[in-house]
Amino acid sequence: MKPRDRAEKASRVVVNESGIEIKPLYTSADVEASGGNSMIGLPGQYPFTRGIHSLMYRKQPWTMRQYTGFGNAADTNKRFHYLIANGQTGLNVAFDLPTQCGMDSDDPQAEGEVGRVGMAVDTLRDFEIAFDGVDLERITVSLTINGAAAILIAMYLAMAEKRGYDITKLRGTAQNDILKEFIGRGTWVYPVEPSIRLVGDTIEYCAKHAPKYSPVSVCGYHIRESGAEPAQEIAYALCIAKAYADDVIHRGLAVDEFAGRLSFNFNCFGNIFEQVAKFRAGRSLWAKIMKEQYGATEPGSMWMRMLAGGGGGGLTFEQPELNIVRGAYYALICALGGAQTMALCCYDEAYTIPSEYAQRISLRTMQLLIEEMGLADTVDPLGGSYYVETLTNQMRDRMEAVMADVDAQGGIVKLIADGTIQSKVSAQAYKHQQEIEQGTFRKVGVNCYRTGDKTPEMEFHPYKDQDARAQVEALNQVRAERDGTRVQAALAALRSDARSEARPNLMPAIMEAVKAYASVGEITSVLVGAFGRYREPRSF
Amino acid sequence: MNANRRVKVVLAKPGLDGHDQGAKVVAHALMDAGFEVIYTGLRQTPGAVARIAREENADVIALSSMAGSHLPICRKLKPLLEQAGLGDRLWIIGGNLPAQDHDALRALGFKGVFPSSSRLDDIVNFIRANVP
Repeated sequence: MKPRDRAEKASRVVVNESGIEIKPLYTSADVEASGGNSMIGLPGQYPFTRGIHSLMYRKQPWTMRQYTGFGNAADTNKRFHYLIANGQTGLNVAFDLPTQCGMDSDDPQAEGEVGRVGMAVDTLRDFEIAFDGVDLERITVSLTINGAAAILIAMYLAMAEKRGYDITKLRGTAQNDILKEFIGRGTWVYPVEPSIRLVGDTIEYCAKHAPKYSPVSVCGYHIRESGAEPAQEIAYALCIAKAYADDVIHRGLAVDEFAGRLSFNFNCFGNIFEQVAKFRAGRSLWAKIMKEQYGATEPGSMWMRMLAGGGGGGLTFEQPELNIVRGAYYALICALGGAQTMALCCYDEAYTIPSEYAQRISLRTMQLLIEEMGLADTVDPLGGSYYVETLTNQMRDRMEAVMADVDAQGGIVKLIADGTIQSKVSAQAYKHQQEIEQGTFRKVGVNCYRTGDKTPEMEFHPYKDQDARAQVEALNQVRAERDGTRVQAALAALRSDARSEARPNLMPAIMEAVKAYASVGEITSVLVGAFGRYREPRSF
Repeated sequence: MNANRRVKVVLAKPGLDGHDQGAKVVAHALMDAGFEVIYTGLRQTPGAVARIAREENADVIALSSMAGSHLPICRKLKPLLEQAGLGDRLWIIGGNLPAQDHDALRALGFKGVFPSSSRLDDIVNFIRANVP
């Protein structure tokens, strides 16, 4: 490189994805200029910038929870046991699209989709098979379910109860964040308003009956995948979390009765320091909101407990083996960011449902950080870095500005219902794709360092039509064996509750329907009858 | 076709797959290229895709599929598009489409197959070169 080129390179403006200009050097003066040290504090203490627990991974490393599920419950049960035998400490269940959309496996719209991208679930019987032999006290289970979340939470509680677990002590998580489904991911069923009510019903029900269970994991993850930048990812997610909290408080619950069981799910691809600052800033901002705006007094109510990981949006189709390397950096980011739970997208995931081999590489990536790299030895190792502390302050300011903007425009529920957020992030996604194609946003193997190599052979996950037929036969068998009178009575009671102007909590009626082996599709149909279906804005 | 008429694209998300970031990005690119784009939204049945394409008299029927059900969907859609009198229009598909399925998709009449990592310019240029 010529001296003039070097000088030009050094003086060029570097701006991170959140729009913050990055300097070549940071000193204590930059920390001061960005707001100082007042929000740093200590881990385990308000505002929790450095972590929600005082000893973090020194006491207990993050939970490892790869996203898994395919075919029927028996297939998925085998993969669960494989991952547990390899040292995984939690489960993260993937459901097929009919289940996620509240349809039974024999629904005409389910044809070709049963068991394809996740496990097919029709009735409680499928849950009994899926979790057979899994110790639900040692292994916590996360259900990646949204539109049908109330039903599947009920199934999980009913299954555990049947196996003799004390529901008041049962831990676990459901994603159950319907508002982000309207922005990205798309497994909505009902219109926005009754969808929020159902989330509120699950939070209220769990607060009273399953107080250790986390009924919601508010997701910035999919908003980021849809085109949001990192500061928006956190800001929109916190706005959504506030919307759920408002619904529950409106029912008369005190914030400390439920806020401790709210959890979060965030993405991790991008610039290492921006991502770490994002997590630290988000944690302190949520604590500040819960304390100052909601009057929370329990520390647990102020904790931004989070699953961080995935990183799908950063992985590439080109040179997929590089995704193993990216995954290692993403895991490092999550560990430096103070995640409670981690899951990584696998290197083959741009192609297929991950192979067992790919899943094991992701799991070993996380284990390497703990066993060889010292990531579990010291809490918040980047704390005190002039750069990271400055960026943490700046990211927090940016998140607060985005949240204030949302409020000024009428609030997150309105902006999602009318498609404003969707249009904004999709326009950003288009701009980002243009930057990649023009080479101004660098992606190794995509717009620089390309090779002419043929794509390596991938082990494609098989899909067998006969498995879908077997699932329908199993459903028919449950229908033949169950007490039809009890099912009809349970569905009638649910219909009555759903249509009642008194708006009773629907979870007790859903629990009874599930225990009677009513199916996902039957229960959803009753609720659609009362609430109608969501109609998507056609703008983009 | 008449050079004065804008190319009309019906861009559909068939099946239950909710991953629409790619479809929306392509929709933006097609509009910037001067095409008229009708986006169907999520969860369209093959029957609905054919009906919308007929009602809109689409020049191009474009599908986005990310969740692996592209072959069963295209098998169902082909006769419906033909019955709707749209057999002579340009059919294309993009998304998560394994290489081993590309020939089958072309044999079903989907002349343009754009797997993940396709460039927006290539999609636009293909439509310009092949629109009837």
